[in-house]
Amino acid sequence: MKLKGGVHKFGDDVNTDEIIPAKYLITTDPNELAKHCLEGRNKNFAKRVKPGDIIVTGRNFGCGSSREHAPLAIKGCGVSCVIASSFARIFFRNCINMGLPILESKEAAKEARQNDILKVDLSKGEIRNITKKKIYKIQPFPKFLQRIISSGGLLKVPLRTQRKLRKTQRKSVRTQKTL
Amino acid sequence: MGLTITEKILAGHTNRKRVEPGEFIEARVDIALGNDITAPLAIEEFRKSGAKRVFDKEKVVLVPDHFTPNKDAPSAQQAKILRDFAKEQNLKYYFDVGRMGIEHALLPEQGIVGPGDLIIGADSHTCTYGALGAFSTGVGSTDLAAVMITGRLWFKVPETIKFIYRGKLNKWVSGKDLILYTIGDIGVDGALYKAMEFTGEIIFNLSMDSRFTMCNMAIEAGAKSGIIVPDKTTMEYVKSRIPHSAFRISNYKSDPDANYCEIREYDCSKIEPQVAFPHLPANTKPVSEVKDIPLDQVVIGSCTNGRIEDLRIAAKVLKGNKVPSYMRLIIIPATQNIYLEALKEGLIEIFLKAGGVVSTPTCGPCLGGHMGVLAEEERALATTNRNFKGRMGHPKSEVYLANPAVAAASAIQGRIVHPREVL
Repeated sequence: MKLKGGVHKFGDDVNTDEIIPAKYLITTDPNELAKHCLEGRNKNFAKRVKPGDIIVTGRNFGCGSSREHAPLAIKGCGVSCVIASSFARIFFRNCINMGLPILESKEAAKEARQNDILKVDLSKGEIRNITKKKIYKIQPFPKFLQRIISSGGLLKVPLRTQRKLRKTQRKSVRTQKTL
Repeated sequence: MGLTITEKILAGHTNRKRVEPGEFIEARVDIALGNDITAPLAIEEFRKSGAKRVFDKEKVVLVPDHFTPNKDAPSAQQAKILRDFAKEQNLKYYFDVGRMGIEHALLPEQGIVGPGDLIIGADSHTCTYGALGAFSTGVGSTDLAAVMITGRLWFKVPETIKFIYRGKLNKWVSGKDLILYTIGDIGVDGALYKAMEFTGEIIFNLSMDSRFTMCNMAIEAGAKSGIIVPDKTTMEYVKSRIPHSAFRISNYKSDPDANYCEIREYDCSKIEPQVAFPHLPANTKPVSEVKDIPLDQVVIGSCTNGRIEDLRIAAKVLKGNKVPSYMRLIIIPATQNIYLEALKEGLIEIFLKAGGVVSTPTCGPCLGGHMGVLAEEERALATTNRNFKGRMGHPKSEVYLANPAVAAASAIQGRIVHPREVL
């Protein structure tokens, strides 16, 4: 999967109450949720974001609640990908399970600035900062997770396929630290 | 190399002798939980997948506890999705208003979860049940849908950090203070992805209620789960609730040569009641260092501190006192049984005479839902678990976290104080 978009930069410990405050959790409609996306950190984000744009953020992005409304709101805005120094665990699972691409790269996250243009190649594990003319290599996700993301979510991949993909991956999983 | 209790439970649910940290596994799930915020999305996914029946109607638990009794029409609509689904699927464990309690106090109380179980919940504080010696973790709605369909879920086996608590517990210090202190020490991502195993003589002298509080907040350090190896106290708690449990203490412990990625030790004689300042649970200070912070509201309740022991401590401090006229004191027993017990023990009368209000069980104000939402620039002290910006209402309001004794004493004084200022 290849993606391209402009950067929206956020800091550390962005929590799910900031991504989508609880008062809006009375619906599961992505378009409705998108209107309030990241309101707790930047009131204008939902108005400014364009389809394909990329969120770049610091440590522990998505900490707090398990609400899948958070990645749903981000997806609803048309954001193509989230890049962070690190992700909170449940948020990470939720993104994979609903097919929202996310990437962990401390360097890319640190050096990218607001409005930079990034190109992301998920299967190669590569982030290109076109504005800064820099390339960042990252450990690609295990095939099992890549397949869930590219298929559009957990429920799109039959259990038998998941098992097969996990087996081929068993030996090389120790490198990936989050989930 | 031996195994930790977490690795043993995960291996047991994959029918293997051992699992290694870092490995992806697919495990059987004993109990899957959803609430009125997360379950509607899971039910939507369940329907979209074409599934007709849940994998086991005794293993899917639905508790509408967040915005109930419903605060408005859209939230009532969400709760109705759960009610209709529970009826259609003939679920054994569905708790509507009147039976409903805050999920993480209710499930252990009702004997639905027990030692050695593997539990997932579409709620981040599902890690609470680790206090019983279970592997228990928060997941999202799609995860919940997958489990409702298949009874299984993918996990990555976590590494474990061991936390050893030694020494003597100071007066007014509870499980809440130990966990706040620990989060203050390691930070809000200090245990990211990992299992936190709490141990040491202090832990094994803690009540079940205090143990639930500690495991409940493991997520606030980023952890996947919190766990306490079961002992006699666990056995005592489980005995009356799960009469046919095959649980034996000896079955569930970490091996002496188990592998921990980190071991941290705390001398509890140095720990006093803690207060977490806005806007992170890791911004902790000993209460004696807190100077002159006036409060508008105090909330005692939640899945963290709404159990009977918490209400007893609050009542002990509040008895014979009155809160100032501009202080709102809101007390929320976490379940109907806790409410009834508090009533029998005369605690409710103490709360009312002190000028507090007592609410039916609900998550309510903890997440800024209802039943005590804050206005701009208001400040609350709560026994809840999160003090993120705007969590309890207006983005410019503030939440401080503490134990029920500090909360009750602070309600009386109208500012954050050590309980000894009152008693």
